[in-house]
Amino acid sequence: MTSAPRSLHAGETSSGSSPDADPAPSAVAAARAASPSAVAQAQAAARPASYSVADVPPSRRSFGRKVRDWGADDPFAVVALIVLLTIVGCSIFAPWISPYDPTLQDYNVILMPPSPDYILGTDDLGRDVFSRLIHGASASVYAAFLAVGVAAILGIPVGLIAGYAGGWVDDAISRIIDTFLSFPAIVLAIAVTGVLGIGLTNAMISVGIVFAPQLARLARARTLVLKQELYVDAARCFGASPTRILWKHVLPNAIQPVLVQMTLLMAVALLAEASLSFLGLGMQPPEPSWGGMIARAYLYMQIAPEQMYAPGLAILATALAFNTLGESLREAMDPTSGKR
Amino acid sequence: MLNPLQRRMLRRRLLQAIPVLFLATFSVFMLMKLLPGDVAVVLAGEQATDERIAEIREIYGLNRPLLVQYGDWVLGALQGDLSQSLLSGEEISTTIARVFPNTLFIVAYAIVISIVLGVPLGVLAASRPNTWVDKFVMTFSSVGVALPNFWLAMIFVGAFALNRAWLPATGFVPPQEDFFAAVSHATLPAVALAASGVAEVARQLRSSLVEILQSQHFRTLHAKGLHPRAMLWRHGLRNVSVNLLTVISLLVNRTLAATVVVEAVFAIPGMGTTMVNATLQRDFPVVQGVVLMMVLTVITVNLITDMLYSVLDPRIGQK
Repeated sequence: MTSAPRSLHAGETSSGSSPDADPAPSAVAAARAASPSAVAQAQAAARPASYSVADVPPSRRSFGRKVRDWGADDPFAVVALIVLLTIVGCSIFAPWISPYDPTLQDYNVILMPPSPDYILGTDDLGRDVFSRLIHGASASVYAAFLAVGVAAILGIPVGLIAGYAGGWVDDAISRIIDTFLSFPAIVLAIAVTGVLGIGLTNAMISVGIVFAPQLARLARARTLVLKQELYVDAARCFGASPTRILWKHVLPNAIQPVLVQMTLLMAVALLAEASLSFLGLGMQPPEPSWGGMIARAYLYMQIAPEQMYAPGLAILATALAFNTLGESLREAMDPTSGKR
Repeated sequence: MLNPLQRRMLRRRLLQAIPVLFLATFSVFMLMKLLPGDVAVVLAGEQATDERIAEIREIYGLNRPLLVQYGDWVLGALQGDLSQSLLSGEEISTTIARVFPNTLFIVAYAIVISIVLGVPLGVLAASRPNTWVDKFVMTFSSVGVALPNFWLAMIFVGAFALNRAWLPATGFVPPQEDFFAAVSHATLPAVALAASGVAEVARQLRSSLVEILQSQHFRTLHAKGLHPRAMLWRHGLRNVSVNLLTVISLLVNRTLAATVVVEAVFAIPGMGTTMVNATLQRDFPVVQGVVLMMVLTVITVNLITDMLYSVLDPRIGQK
């Protein structure tokens, strides 16, 4: 991306028009400022000689076509989406698709290598690793959605209010944001579980509290720009309440970067859950979780080293999928991105 | 070295740190108040006598108003008094003084690795955008960010310590005792921690370099016939040094959090293991002390970063 076209588009994007808007209006405006005779020229230049599907501005394309374009542009993102849907599917339908009960112990088959009966082997209590892997998806999905959900519920409104109110409210909220940005997520989660009692829910709520400032900061930055917009002024003139303005006019236009960040935070939350369960502070045994499975595998690493690969790869694949999807969304939504 | 504007900027940063410090210490203080029920009874344990509960109340000053307690706690902390462990009775400041250098050593080691490997990788990718080199570096960095580092640590233990015995599997030697042994013990944990750091540094550096290399400033440098290598290393890196600083300061926060888990894998007597053990044994004052120390470390690093901005980038602070 060069600096020149970026500055040309700057006025367009900050004026709140859709990032994909037809460039013609700005060309016309520029020409009108220059000379009247140039107007016709600019209009002629802006009007394509013949229309084809490709000329329809992306903002007016059908949803299905947008999805297809996105898939063709970024096949990795489609793979990521499929991986995530599979994981979410596993977490919902685990009882029906897993071959064994994940907590069923069978002392005849302890630490078995992969075999046709147990395709990923069995753990130190004779439980089927594959079934535990499928059931472990629930802990991860639950943790990621809980933490990011808490972060969104706390962070987005606070960011909108700080940006819109300005003045001392903004100052005060900004200091609070700064403060919580300096709390390492896992550290606070461990401290809170230590006090409130060990368990995944408490831990992930505190991870969400640590994430909230990141979303608040993004929402605040967008609101600072958006509140200068003409349509916000217009809404204010019509007597719309600040709540209505923020909910109806600012939020829909500020949400895109926040959604991207939320997708990326899913991966961080997932890794936090795995770490906490690994330490024995998250999901409690015998309930399966990927982090907990790795912790048990570590104890028997010299006897059955293959035990630790499956849950680790599951964490890696899921985190990678969230990141890939987040980056792809960022690309697709970023008006200054050249790749689109 | 600093002009008046920069000096004013520094002063503003320092002043802004005061409310952050207050809020952070207050939040850490309030952690203990989240305990359900009478704190003194919980702290004293299940079979405590009434005398023990009264004693606990006295030791931790629980019979006084909240703000007085907070004030006492902060004043005590400033003098290095963080009260004592419920289990061992050891002064918490003594515990922290013993374990914190170990954690700092590993974090510093990991961050050095992140910079030493991440910067060349980022420059390499940025100098050949959209080639297979670039794609390889970017794929590596995506995987690095998504890797659970405690899992990577275990794979390292399996590969380099158990199967080949090149490096010690677990344990830790303080650097002041035997530096060589300390480095060899800390290498596996530091590399495991640095995987995400290298990835993050390479990725951020690449994206800011690619952007800056296409600017008019660099078109001019190219036009005047400057060697691409000089453009990249001398002008490019200087231009993105501020971004790099941001990444590194974020990295301190993340690496400090990640050591908590990696220390558990390698049985390193650091802040993480201390905190996890204290949590499992419900030794709350220790948890509180460790959290306080970690948060203060991050705040200090952020403050230093903010102040370095105005030194590294003279444009900051000028309107």
